[in-house]
Parts: sequence; C-alpha cells; structure tokens
Amino acid sequence: MNGTTARLIVNRLGSGVVTLLAVSIVIFTITNLLPGDAAQALLGQESTPELLAALREKFGLDQPAHVRYLQWLGGMLSGNPGHALVNDLPVAELIGGRLPNSLMLAAVTTAVSVPLALAIGISSAMYRGSLYDRTVNAATVWTVSVPEFLIATVAVLVFAVKLRWLSALSRTEDIETVGQFLRVYAMPVLTLCCVIVAQMARMTRAAVIDQLNSSYIEMARLKGVRPIRMVLTHALPNAVGPIANAVALSLSYLIGGVIIVESIFNYPGIASLMVDSVTMRDMPVVQACAMLFCVGYLVLLTLADLFAILSNPRLRK
Amino acid sequence: MNSAAMNPTARRKPRPRLSISGAIGMAIVAFWLLMALIGPSIAPHGVGGQIGDDVFAPMSAQYWLGTDYLGRDMLSRILHGAPYTIGVAFAGVTLACTFGLVLALCAAANGGWLDHLISRVMDTLIAIPNKLLALIIVAAFGSSVPLLIVTAAVCYMPGTFRISRALAVNVQAMDYVQSARARGEGMFYIMLYEMLPNMYRPVLADFGLRFVFTVLLLSGMSFLGLGVQPPHADWGSLVRENIIGLSLGAPAVIVPALAIATLTIGVNLAIDALSGGKRRGSEG
Repeated sequence: MNGTTARLIVNRLGSGVVTLLAVSIVIFTITNLLPGDAAQALLGQESTPELLAALREKFGLDQPAHVRYLQWLGGMLSGNPGHALVNDLPVAELIGGRLPNSLMLAAVTTAVSVPLALAIGISSAMYRGSLYDRTVNAATVWTVSVPEFLIATVAVLVFAVKLRWLSALSRTEDIETVGQFLRVYAMPVLTLCCVIVAQMARMTRAAVIDQLNSSYIEMARLKGVRPIRMVLTHALPNAVGPIANAVALSLSYLIGGVIIVESIFNYPGIASLMVDSVTMRDMPVVQACAMLFCVGYLVLLTLADLFAILSNPRLRK
Repeated sequence: MNSAAMNPTARRKPRPRLSISGAIGMAIVAFWLLMALIGPSIAPHGVGGQIGDDVFAPMSAQYWLGTDYLGRDMLSRILHGAPYTIGVAFAGVTLACTFGLVLALCAAANGGWLDHLISRVMDTLIAIPNKLLALIIVAAFGSSVPLLIVTAAVCYMPGTFRISRALAVNVQAMDYVQSARARGEGMFYIMLYEMLPNMYRPVLADFGLRFVFTVLLLSGMSFLGLGVQPPHADWGSLVRENIIGLSLGAPAVIVPALAIATLTIGVNLAIDALSGGKRRGSEG
C-alpha cells in the first residue's frame, strides 16, 4: 500500500463519518420538529402544567435543541440511547434482544444471494443478446418492479397454504435442528433474495459488459482467447470495483426489504421493532433503530468504495 | 433557439417503431391512469358499501374479483383505491421531480457555494435509505394523504436532483449557454429556455422510473398500516386488511397486489420502449 492509496482511504473514511453526523442531525431534526414532545405524549389527558414541567426536566426537554442533540448523540455513542416511552425498557436492551435475529437473516440472505447473483450477472453478460440473457433481463426487471409483499404472499400461498411445507410465521425460538432452521428461514430469505438477486445481477451484468466493450478485451479476442478465460481472467479483475459497489448497493436494499419481510413473517428483528415503534410513535426507539440502519447502510457503501480503491491496479504497488 | 426547427430532416432521427412490449406497457399505463380518474364513478358499489355475508368469496359473476374480509365487492374496492395508489404517487413524484429539477438547475447555473450547499444537503438525504426516511417522517408527523405526498417527494428528490444536476452541469458548459450568458440574459431565462429543453428526455425517463419506486414505497407503507388510513384504502392497505384470507386462498389478497404489479411493470415496459432500452440499473 502506498501513500496515495492510504490518503484515499483516510479521505473516504473521513467523509463517511461526516455523512453519518449529518444524517444524525437530519434524523434528530425530523423527529423533533413537531411542537408536541415526549412529556406531552406520555401524560396525554392527565397533563397539568406542573407535571409537564417536571417531566420535561426529567427528560431534559427544557434544554435548547442543540444541547439535547449533543446529549442524544452522546447517549447513542456510549450505547445508551435512552428508554422506550411505551414500556420504559432501555432501548439498548430492546435492540440488543433483536439485533442477532436481524443479523442472522441478513447473513443467510447474503450467503445465498451474492453467489447466485454474481453467477447470473456474469453468465448473462457472457452470452449477451442470447435467449438466456433476454430471459434473465426480463425476469429481473419484473422482479424489481413487483412489491415485496406480493412475492411474500405468493410464497406463503404456495409453500405454506397449498403445499404445507413451511409455516407462515417465523418463530426463531424453536430452532434445534438444521431442518427446522431451513423451515424458519426459507420464506423470508426467499423473498429477500428475489429482489436483491435481481438488482445485483443487473448491475453485475452492466459492470462486466462495460469491461467487455473495452479495447483490451477486443485485443484478447483477436488473440484467440477462449470466452471463459477472457471473462474470468481479463474482464473480471477490472470489474471488481463496480461489482463490489453493486453488491453493497443491493445489500443495502436489504434494509428496505427487511422492513416489509420481517413484518409479514412476524420475524422478531430490528425492522419489525421499528415498525411497531413507528405505529406507537415511540420516538427514542425509532431514532435508535433509524441510526442503526443508517450506520449499516453507510458502512456497506464505505466498504464498497474502499474495495474499489484497493482493487484499482493503478494504485497498487 | 431551436436548431431542429431550422433543419428538420437532418436533425431528426427516424422514429423507432414501438415494440410489442412497449405497446402493451403503454396500454396498461393508459388503462390505469384512466381508472385513477374515472374508477370511483364506474365502480359497481360505493367505497364502503355492499356488506354482504359472503366473506372472502371467490370470483363469480356477481363479484368479479370476489369479496373482502367484510364481504365487500373487491372490484369496487380496487377501483376506489386506484386514485389513492396512482394519484398520491403521481403527485409525490411530480413534486419530487419539480423541486429536484429546479434545485439542480439553480445549483448548476449558479455554481459556487450555492451548488456546494445544495449538493451536500442532498448527499446527506441520499445516505438515508428511502423506506427508513419515510418511516421516520411518518413516525414524527403521522400519516395523512398530503403528508404521504410530501414524504414521497422528500424521499425521491435527492435522486432526481443528482441526475438532473449531472445533466445540467454538462448542458451549462455548452456554447449556447455561454453565449446566452454573454448576451446578458437573466438566470431564469437561461435555466428555462436554454438548459431545460436540452435535458428533458432523460429527466422524463427518470420520472417514470421514480414513479414506479414511489408506488412501491407508498404501497409498502400502506401494507405496514402506516400509509393511507381507513376508511380510505389504497392497494397496499387492501392487501393488508385481507391478509387473513391468505390461508383460504382468497382472491382479495392477491388481486390488489397484482394490480400494483401490472401498474409498475407496465410503466417499466413503457419507459424501456420510449428511452430505447437504455436505463439505469438501480434505485438511488
């Protein structure tokens, strides 16, 4: 690694941190714009001016906005994002209980979708214009433009109602054997994979085709290199950066996808916690979940950029 | 200045014939747009009307698309939902594109600190996933139809801004814009008459694509119970309220979801045909 690469990496990491701070300001501002506050929401009908003032002092709501923002940010950073309004449990505890479930779902989906999508994307780029390529193209466009809950409901209809292979709800607590694991994860993962694989395959195909159109590939073709070798050893190393980007962008789609999928299958993860909290307007939980998702999203995008920097042969020594 | 008007034959490329899939797409889009306008008035029953005792009835001559969980006619429910699904998304995406385009033109035409400021704000908004941003806004402000329109606009404006700005920066470096500046034309004139006519095609294609994303976003929100609120219902809420009929295999669950799918796929086919198969790969 040389000086230029190191500087690029530090720059990228720095801009990631700055973006995250800006995002936290946006989230805090949106959730604090309305005149009503947590104290009012909690007291509801029984509020008297004295009670309200006392509770505001307890929550620190009598402070000006920028002080509250700094306190909130400090709480987030030190792993103590406050208490839920609904049941007064610590937010960290609520999230901690569900985070492993969401990470597990994400991990299984990634493990299934990435190899599948890369295989589909690269092969359809190799046989560009063929019947296979056009079928894949049409199928991916259709999958991307269909709502997730259609895929999920059709999956339930087919596998749980008609064939009775799987149960319509995912209960993670009674997983003991591999078979049970598969039964619980099959449908949420299938639904998430459908959309992610479609997006990732499209972007991978575009990245590989971009390389196949360049002149060094034409040179290789004129030399008489076999198609497989041409793609795998000539085009692919140069397409790694864009492909990493495609993978990261599609995986960050997981964040949108899990929100729907976790609620359909009643899967006990972060996203269903967040949806419940939005329904009940439990702001501390909403803020904490939102920050968690944004951190995940930005980490993925940053990793993809770092990968692209490191895979650029011009920056290698 | 319109150079195509001066020399029509040399400038205009031969118009490609509409492919079959493109024609199907256009027909579907036209059909749904018509239904969004006249659907509620041709529906056989009122929005909450005709509560029979036949719950989750299959498709029949009396109820073309079956009945829902209260025994209401599904066809009427869908026709009454069309203005919500299509209208709200259309209004939202129109707002998003208008603001995104105006901001992009301002940023590109002025340059300097204004460009920097707007671009940084948009970069921040783009770093928050769309569905998440929508959830936060709904959590903070509740969900009413005007608010859903604003939510959709806020969620998709940064993406429009990015694309329009990239186009506008290219266009404003052109000689004809420079000469307009040298003539002493006002900023507004340059933006509206010199830059906009030269970038409207990609912007329109982007508009269509974003409309699809907005429909998906809003029906996803309604599906979670955070979108259009009862007694009104868009197609997402129709799927939600009938989800218990899934185990009975009732058409009431699948039909609204299929309606969304035909709309979005139709728009996709139409864009593909109109923009000559060139399109962006992903949401952003």
